Parts: sequence; C-alpha cells; structure tokens
Amino acid sequence: MNTQNPASTDTGPDENPQVLTTRDGIPLKVSLARALRREKLRALVLIAPLLLFVLITFAAPIADMLFRSVENGIVSETLPKTVEVLATWDPESGEIPDQAAFTALYEDLKVAVEEKTHTRLGSRLNYEASGMSSLFRKTGRRIGRMEPADATVERFIDIDKDWGTVETWAVLKRYSPTITPGYFLNAADMQLTAEGVEMKPENERIYLYLFWRTLFLSLTITSTCLLLGYPVAFLLAALPARSANLLMILVLLPFWTSLLVRTSAWKVLLQQQGVINDFLVWTGLVSDAGRLVMINNQTGTIIAMTHILLPFMILPLYSVMKTISPSYVRAAKSLGATDWTAFWRVYFPQTVPGIGAGAILVFILAIGYYITPELVGGTDGIFISNRIAYHISTSLNWGLAAALGVILLLAVMLLFYVYDKIVGIDNVKLG
Amino acid sequence: MKFKTLLLAGAASAMMTSGAMAIDLTIVSWGGAYSNSQNEAYHKPYMAANPGVNIINDESSAEAVAKLRAMNEAGNVTWDLVDVVASDAIRLCDEGLAEEINFDEALAPAPDGTPASEDFGDLIVSDCFIPQIVYSTTFGYRSDVEAWNGREPDDICDVFDLENFPGKRSLEKRPINNMEWALLCDGVAKDDVYDVLETEEGVSRALAKLETIKDQTIWWTAGAETPQLLADGEVVIGSTYNGRLFSLIEEQDQPVKMLWDAQVFDLDGWIVPAGLSDERKAAVMDYLKFATDTQRLADQAKYISYGPARKSSAPLVGKHAELGIDMAPHMPTDPKNATNTFLYNYEWWADYRDDLDAKFQAWLAG
Repeated sequence: MNTQNPASTDTGPDENPQVLTTRDGIPLKVSLARALRREKLRALVLIAPLLLFVLITFAAPIADMLFRSVENGIVSETLPKTVEVLATWDPESGEIPDQAAFTALYEDLKVAVEEKTHTRLGSRLNYEASGMSSLFRKTGRRIGRMEPADATVERFIDIDKDWGTVETWAVLKRYSPTITPGYFLNAADMQLTAEGVEMKPENERIYLYLFWRTLFLSLTITSTCLLLGYPVAFLLAALPARSANLLMILVLLPFWTSLLVRTSAWKVLLQQQGVINDFLVWTGLVSDAGRLVMINNQTGTIIAMTHILLPFMILPLYSVMKTISPSYVRAAKSLGATDWTAFWRVYFPQTVPGIGAGAILVFILAIGYYITPELVGGTDGIFISNRIAYHISTSLNWGLAAALGVILLLAVMLLFYVYDKIVGIDNVKLG
Repeated sequence: MKFKTLLLAGAASAMMTSGAMAIDLTIVSWGGAYSNSQNEAYHKPYMAANPGVNIINDESSAEAVAKLRAMNEAGNVTWDLVDVVASDAIRLCDEGLAEEINFDEALAPAPDGTPASEDFGDLIVSDCFIPQIVYSTTFGYRSDVEAWNGREPDDICDVFDLENFPGKRSLEKRPINNMEWALLCDGVAKDDVYDVLETEEGVSRALAKLETIKDQTIWWTAGAETPQLLADGEVVIGSTYNGRLFSLIEEQDQPVKMLWDAQVFDLDGWIVPAGLSDERKAAVMDYLKFATDTQRLADQAKYISYGPARKSSAPLVGKHAELGIDMAPHMPTDPKNATNTFLYNYEWWADYRDDLDAKFQAWLAG
C-alpha cells in the first residue's frame, strides 16, 4: 500500500493525459484522489492472493470455531415439535408438561432415530445435565418399536423415570434456543439454572482459577526469561564478533532442537532420581530422603518453559543492544557517572524497546503453551490450554473449548491494549 | 454383501493381472508394540493372501475421536478402519460417526459354527464396535523397595497404605478407575460402587480417600509414563495397561511385579467410520472378516499380552513369538490373575464422565 503522491501523479498522465490539466473543469484534487484510489486498488489486487489465503486458511476457521462457543441449533433441529410445545410450558409450575409434549417428543424422536441424531443430542445435553446421554440412547432404542398410540406419559416414564421429572424437561427448554450463553457460563465457572445464572458449586470451579494461574505462570516465565536473557544479550552485544558468534550458536542450538527432546531432557535432569538430585545427594547437600521435587509441578513448568522461550527474549534484546553506540556510555562516564549510573541512566533506557519486544513475544507464546506443561506440569503446573485440548480431543465438548478459547483470546487482546498504553507499541523494536 | 465381496475379489484379481493400482486401506491404531502385534497377526497375512490390497498404518488412535469428527464435518473421511477403546467407540456411535455393524453377517463364525455375536458375547458393548482384545488397567510395583521390609502388596488397598508401603505412586489423571478403587478401599461393596458414586457424598468420599495419597502421587496421561517412572525408580507402585507392564517385566527385565487385584477390564477394538464409499467399505469389511476371526485374534496374543475378545480364541493362545514363554499366565483373563476383577461400566461413565471430570480436575487443581 505504498502509495505516494509523486508516484500516482507520474503514472496518471500515461493512462489519462487529460486529467492532469484542469481545462475540462475537473479539479486537480478530484483527479488526484481518483488516481490514488486506482493505485490503492492495484495494491489490493497485488496482495489479494495472500489476503485470501489468510482469510480462508486462518481467519475463517477461527471464526467458525469461535462461533461454536454460542451455537446451539441441535436441540431445535432434532426436536422441532417438542421445542414448539415446550414454549408454552412453565417449569415454575412444578409439573411435567402434558400429553401434547410427549406426543411431539415421540414424533421428533421417531425421525431422529431414523437419522441417528438422537444420541448426538443426548451427548450435547449431557454436558449440562448428567444422565441425558443414556436417557436418549435408551429411549431411542425403544421408540423404534413404539406405536403412535403408545406414546403416553406413562409409557415414557416407564422407559426411563427421568421423563417424569421437571428437571429433564426444564433442561430441554433451557437449551432450546439456537444461541446459548451456556458454554461461556461454563467457561466462567457459572451455570444456567431455573433461577437464572449462578456460580457453580465450589467443588466444580476450575476455569477461573486456571485462567489466573496461566496468567501468573506466563508472567513469571516472562520475568525469569528477562532476568536470564538480559545479561546474555548484553554479553553478546559487548563481545568481539568472533566470540559473540560462538556464543550466539550456543543460544540458537537449543532453539533448533526438537521441543519434545528438550522437554524430555528436563525430565531426566529434574526428576527425583535424576541427574541433579543424584549430584546433590552425592555432594551431601541434600539427604537421600530429602531429594528435591522439581518436576511434575509448577517449578518444572517454569524451568522447562523458561529454557524453551529464552531465545525469544535474547534475540530481540541482542539486536536492539547491537545498535546502541558504546560512545553514549563512554560519554556518561567521562562526565563523571559511576558504572551503575551510566548503565542505569544511559544504557538501560535505550534497551527498553528490546525488553518490550522480548517480553511480549515470550508472554504471548507462554500463555497459549500446551505441550510442555502437559509433560512436566503435573497437576499444579498446567495451563488453560491443556483443558482446551482436553475438551477438543477427549470430551468432544467443542463448544466449551471454543468459549475458553474466546476468553483466552480476549484476555490476550486486553493485555496487549494495556501494554500498548503503558509501554507503547511504537516503542517495541525487533531490531 | 457376499456378492460385493465377490465383485471386489474379481476386481482385485483383474487389477493384479493387468498390473494396475492396488487398493489402499488406511488403518488407524495406537502405534508401538500394539500396532506391531496387529501388523504381524493381521496385516501381513491379509496382504499375503490379497496382493491387491495395500495397508497403510496411521498411528492416530489417541486423537481418533476428535479427528473423525473433524473429517466428518469436512465431508472427507480419509480413514478406512479405526482402532479405539470401547468408551470412544460408544461416543463415536452416539455421534453418528461410526457405522453400525451386523455382527453375524459381517464377521466370521467360530470354528465350531457359533455365530460371531455369541462368540463375542457380553463384550459387544456398542452396535458399532467390534472388540479385539480385553486389556486391563492394573498396578505394577517395584520388588526391591527397602522401606517395605520384604512386604509385597497383594491387595488394591495397599496402594492407599502409605504406612506399610511408603513411596510415590502414579495414577491416571482422570477420574475413571481411580474413583472406583478409592471407594472399594473405603469400604464400599463392589456392586454398590456406581450407586454410591452417583451421589454427591459418594464423590466426596472417593476424593477424600484419594486425598490421603494425593501429595505422594504423580498423575500420568500416557500409558508409557508409569513403566518409565517405575524403571527410573521415581515411583514404587503405579497403574497402567497390563501389556505395558508385561513388556517392562518380561522384555526389559526390570525388578517389577504385577498386582492383579481389582484390575479393571476394558476393551479395545475396531470401528468403521461412517461415510465411506461403497467400494472402500466393501474392502474394509472383507479385511475385518479376516482380521477378527478366531485364529487371527489368538495370533495377536503371541505378540502382546492382551486377551483375545472371542471366547473361541482363548484355547488357541500359545507362546510369545520371540521370548518363547507361555502367554496364558500373562493374560488379564487368566483365572489366577482374575480372582478379583472390576468391569468398566460404559453406560454409567458415558453419563457421568463430564460431571465427574469437572469435579476431579477441580480437586486436582485445588
């Protein structure tokens, strides 16, 4: 989109010589704007393949996945007649719906069983109320042999007593709209009940805590990366080129090694019968019974992830430090500054853009990390992304996974905004 | 069905003579020693008998449920046959992602003519699922722990006994099996376990029992973790699949022994993905008929210590293909090992898995 005025006025005359002249009454401003627009259009055509590629392979799937966090068409699609009948039923009455609802349910299920969609609805509703899965499977099996005349209230209750409870029907009614806040409420440890939205019981709350821990651990990892990476980058920038290159290879070497290999290596090093503990016991610093627990907990996650993300901190820092002229510090010292003052007042402020870039890079990578916490995190070192992965691949509750993903995405964007306000995104330099 | 098979066989032989392309079957399984046993017992003999078929191994069973759903939504199912555990098969069947199977029509009868549905018997837990093996989740313990003073655990409740059997344990990071064991050791009768677990108090009771060993426990997610932890001496007792412990004890010769008490039986087997073309489905069904017959299931036990799912296969189980040891005593179904067993309740867990998982994970995190 590099449209500069001279370029557009240059290309203007070739195609449309008369627009340059304002003899025909067209003001120069208008013709200029027109030429600019054409230029922009041309630029757009040039980037169109990439734009389309990104839209189709990146933006659209994400949008589709995010939409699942509220999408809930399955109830009204599978049981259209029942949903219609239930619209007039009031769960507050304390009584189960009348025969009309059971007849509608029978007719809907008859179709659903043929299309084999009733069990799918059962697993969807089971996320909200345990027992729905087998209720629909069991009822589906019996409904095939049932005559329309048999579709009585008693008969359904005979198949499963759950059809005789208000709660079963209330869940059906509550989740009949095609858009539901249910997944988002779940993701925030809340639930939709007959009385409205309320917090889940204490022993089922987990997501808010996990979000908080993900945030806390990511910040911890970012700061340990900064503490360890800053001196290394400083050394790299200060050393003569030859030794700096050698050091640089040492920084990059782990970067090129497989993530899984590095994580497993940490297991060997950190476990209780591992290399570090063996060494400490051998030196007598630690007794055999008092071996340190450094893995399968938060410590393990912090150590392994700091190591893995360290190059993302060092590289931006290094490239910023490389551009700082040594003469500034020399000048400060010649004006009487101590080593510390020269560093803190003159050198350090110039490295802030590098810190900004490194910190945001490490933080954003850390907050969505999945495989390393899974392997070394034990129970108190896992992240929210581990739960998202669980809901995608094991529980198949993609709606909840999507809702958790949306919250994570919004949290990152919010933090990014705050970061921009405090540090200023213009202050971030990658080199 | 028969006509189709004939047609296919005809087509295959026609292709062979003309030297045209072969049929590719993509079969998804777990990888490692397990895929190897299937390769030796099923794939190789089948390909030898059907030169027109080429079997491609995919090792994605761990993510099979999610991937199948994604493939189905995209309308492009690239797998022909998938090996999954029974609970996943039930879910896939519920979601309409797996084909329903007519057992007697699609599968070979036992050598004595017993129809397949009877030969598999109770192990048919879903209309879409053809069981292959019975495996169990059970405990292995190190036999060289000094602090135990020569005592060896022989009861499931020894896992919860930190006084007589101190040391770290490893348990699977999910409620299934752990909750049952905890209740059994908290004095609940075997038949009442699920009734108790259905109640709020039952869940708290199970978690309270687990709480007694919580800070001595490493939680695993992959079946290979416990054998590794046992071999490293990181844990002294841990749960995993019995076949993994077999290879740790017999093939890698580690000082580890089996604790078969209250082992939980589970099933692993095949599902045919929904939405295959007629031609591919016919090819798969032909393979399935071969790979799930009595002899083939018994053959698999030569390579891995899992019990064949057909009743008629049990007498045919022989010796390990490489070690030459009798496999029968290493089967979870062997009478000596199966004095006290627990059967995974599929229906119950399909209903309560999400609920209990939330409570279990909240408990773990807290």
